[in-house]
Amino acid sequence: MDQRAPNLLDEALGLVDEEKTKPWPLSSRVVLVEDRVETSGAFVLHHLLKRALSPHSSNDVVVFLAFSQPFSHYDRILRKLGCNLTAQRENNRFFFLDLLMSEFPDGDEGNNDGLVALYGKIEKVVSTSFQENKKCITIVIDDFSLMEVAANGATNYVLDFLRYCRTLTSAFGCSLVVLNHEDIYSSIERPALILQMEYLADILIKAEPLATGLATDVHGQLTVLNKEIQDGQGSSRNKICNFHFRVKENGVEYFYPGSKT
Amino acid sequence: MATSKPRTSSFSRNLATVPSSTPGLKYGPNGTIFISSGIPDLDKILGGGFPLGSLVMVMEDAEAPHHMLLLRNFMSQGLVHKQPLLYASPSKDPKGFLGTLPTPGSSKDDKSRDRDPENENGLRIAWQYKKYFGDNQHHFDSNRDVKHEYCHDFDLRKPLEKHFISGQHIDCVSILDSPNLAALRDCCATFLAQFSRNDSSISSAGRIAIQSFCAPQCKYSNMEWDMLSFIRSLRSMVRSSNAVAVVTFPPSLLSPSFSRRWQHMADTLLSVRAILDEDKEMAKLLTGYQDMVGLLNVHKVAHINTQVPVILDATTFSIKLQKRRFLVLESLNQAPIDCSSGTSYGTSASCSGSSKTGTLDF
Repeated sequence: MDQRAPNLLDEALGLVDEEKTKPWPLSSRVVLVEDRVETSGAFVLHHLLKRALSPHSSNDVVVFLAFSQPFSHYDRILRKLGCNLTAQRENNRFFFLDLLMSEFPDGDEGNNDGLVALYGKIEKVVSTSFQENKKCITIVIDDFSLMEVAANGATNYVLDFLRYCRTLTSAFGCSLVVLNHEDIYSSIERPALILQMEYLADILIKAEPLATGLATDVHGQLTVLNKEIQDGQGSSRNKICNFHFRVKENGVEYFYPGSKT
Repeated sequence: MATSKPRTSSFSRNLATVPSSTPGLKYGPNGTIFISSGIPDLDKILGGGFPLGSLVMVMEDAEAPHHMLLLRNFMSQGLVHKQPLLYASPSKDPKGFLGTLPTPGSSKDDKSRDRDPENENGLRIAWQYKKYFGDNQHHFDSNRDVKHEYCHDFDLRKPLEKHFISGQHIDCVSILDSPNLAALRDCCATFLAQFSRNDSSISSAGRIAIQSFCAPQCKYSNMEWDMLSFIRSLRSMVRSSNAVAVVTFPPSLLSPSFSRRWQHMADTLLSVRAILDEDKEMAKLLTGYQDMVGLLNVHKVAHINTQVPVILDATTFSIKLQKRRFLVLESLNQAPIDCSSGTSYGTSASCSGSSKTGTLDF
């Protein structure tokens, strides 16, 4: 099975590259994945992980901040997708930070456990990898709403952390992928956090259920907004794609509405 | 480029021993192990039961105590299988609740309930739609003669026999007077430490039941971030242990945003709703309305170690008490449409046939 076979999501993200001449298209970009209770967007993270750790180059490093699931969960899933996370971890290409039990109380800048220290750790890994000539570094956060809980609701604190991580994208050319749950914020009157994150993001991937409800053949719809794509004539534009998906153990099928065979 | 270490295969043999001696456990796909919810129909709906390491949340209806039925069966099932239990509730004396737990019904009562179509001897219909039922029917052996059953049918009218409760590892905690959740968090941490997950065989599984977690009479109930933080730490602790935690809460007492956050934390999310005693519209729509006690909705089903979501054929079930004793979940059946009120579609030439629109016309 051709694991590099492009699909609609790869096309929407610009990850289709036959000649492999261009650099990793997600470099220096912030990707925000949004989902809801009815439809989980975790499969997008798994897909991006697999693409980032693809075996064709050894220059890729992934730093994974896990607030939601332990390593064994991702290991089993990625194994079925054809990617061995245990081996990648041993080869220092996959850095897994298990933050399930971590707490980040605000104002505790003195001790070693705050978000400042976490940022320091990430920055060290990124800069070391950059100096070792590993140019395609991806930072993944799963998921951001749990980081807010860990910080006991200090929204500004976690937003600052996100902005600092974003500076790494311009300083080291790495990409930042964050998962958040959009339906938590849609019921607040002034959903400042999600609006700021959507503003910061260069690529917005939204996973939603179908308007008609849940189905076994179609698990939901994906909307990909890719801001400022250079279209070759010197100008840039936004590109929106919308398609349906069905999640399977060994991959995800993407198809335009109505074209499921 | 050669690496000094041999390349480890991505396939590893599952070395955990088969839990044939532990009747309360059942193997599921993707390396998950299930324990029973205490309600046979719910186990079937969820594809085996509650997987170890998962957090189950039940959204209560403030007007009905149906979540107690789920909790009681869950707790009784654990005690019958000798699985240690931690129970926390906002009452002053949680131990008293143990006296209301149901006892397993005797097996001869079960035969009349066996609705499995494979076993219906006298009735052979040319039922060609069996092939569309899918895989989740095959998980269950209909062999009910097995001495140590995975899931018992609980008789809600008889209390649990004393020998199941005494001498068992049961911790009861009252969360009414605690000003913060630190004490409960420590209780859970100590309890779960005995079930920490490692690659050796599983000795036993633990059950945590927390009732009405954000009940307004508890002192911490207005500390929204603290409660959320507790649920997060409970979820993380349960993830790395061989235990299941069931937490019930009334979502109407939380702000919508926080209610959503709680729902996202759950691996399995259920909600129970009351049914009005006399609802003529409902009675027209559904068969068997008079026997229904309430409705159960399955919003999310746990899928650990896999990215494939579990999509059910139906998500709303009616809660009925069979013979007023056994909890039964049935999918809803629409009552026959009363065709006498409009003109039928067949006789009319136009698309919108009936002159009088009923509630079921679309």
